[in-house]
Amino acid sequence: MTVTNVSKDADALTLTITSEFDATVERVWQVWADPRQLEQWWGPPTYPATVVEHDLTPGGTVTYFMTGPEGDQPHGYWRVVAVDAPRLLELEDGFADDTGAPNADLPVTTTRVALAERLGGGTTMSIETTFPSAEAMEQMSAMGMEEGMTEAMGQLDGLLAAA
Amino acid sequence: MVVGSVIERQRGDAADRLLHALADATRRDIVERTIVEELSVSALARGYPMSFAAVQKHVAVLDRAGLVTKRRRGREQLVRGNVDAVRDAGAALDRLVAVWTARMDRIGELLADDPEGAST
Repeated sequence: MTVTNVSKDADALTLTITSEFDATVERVWQVWADPRQLEQWWGPPTYPATVVEHDLTPGGTVTYFMTGPEGDQPHGYWRVVAVDAPRLLELEDGFADDTGAPNADLPVTTTRVALAERLGGGTTMSIETTFPSAEAMEQMSAMGMEEGMTEAMGQLDGLLAAA
Repeated sequence: MVVGSVIERQRGDAADRLLHALADATRRDIVERTIVEELSVSALARGYPMSFAAVQKHVAVLDRAGLVTKRRRGREQLVRGNVDAVRDAGAALDRLVAVWTARMDRIGELLADDPEGAST
């Protein structure tokens, strides 16, 4: 299990996920900094990502699209807020139209990635995602539903039991 | 909560309906799309390689499970994903945790498969 800690703050609408990797900070940084590596993990196997633009500098833009099983291609983008390679990356993550232009109707989340050496080797990566509103969180959650399906069913079950 | 009115002995049925409704990729997709924006059945039907009637049937299943609500506008039938069904913030966060956990696992696999990395 890669993820070692999950911290949810439903009031602050913030989600923090901490993972440990058996690799150096420089190597883990590459999975963000190298678009070909980014493509290998950003989308689920059923929706692989293709990175189009990749400018990981402050104010820079990363654009990508994912290709679904029926040929549907949802587009997304990042606006890079801050970079301090190989330790810190802060970005705004949003949805785009088919040309890669930001879709203002859908929520933008802020994600902060921090990498640190672990004592005794390896890297700790923490990812903190902040949602602009509870509604945005629900929208994002609904859109991530495909992947989180097993969990979603468990949750709905829980919801029913609690009703 | 969408299931708030469901009385005790009907809970099992409601759970079955929900799980059945969500067990189909097209229906999950309809919920995702209509939570983002209200769509007519005909607009929805254009997005799938199936007939209008087939999409209407999917919408009916979702409606019975409380996952979408329908309303009429003229000759159109508009479908709206029921945000109440996913209103619980904790549950919403849990689903996003699942998305990120899967991403972290894929990074772990990538690092194991390619320990040296690219020479970019």
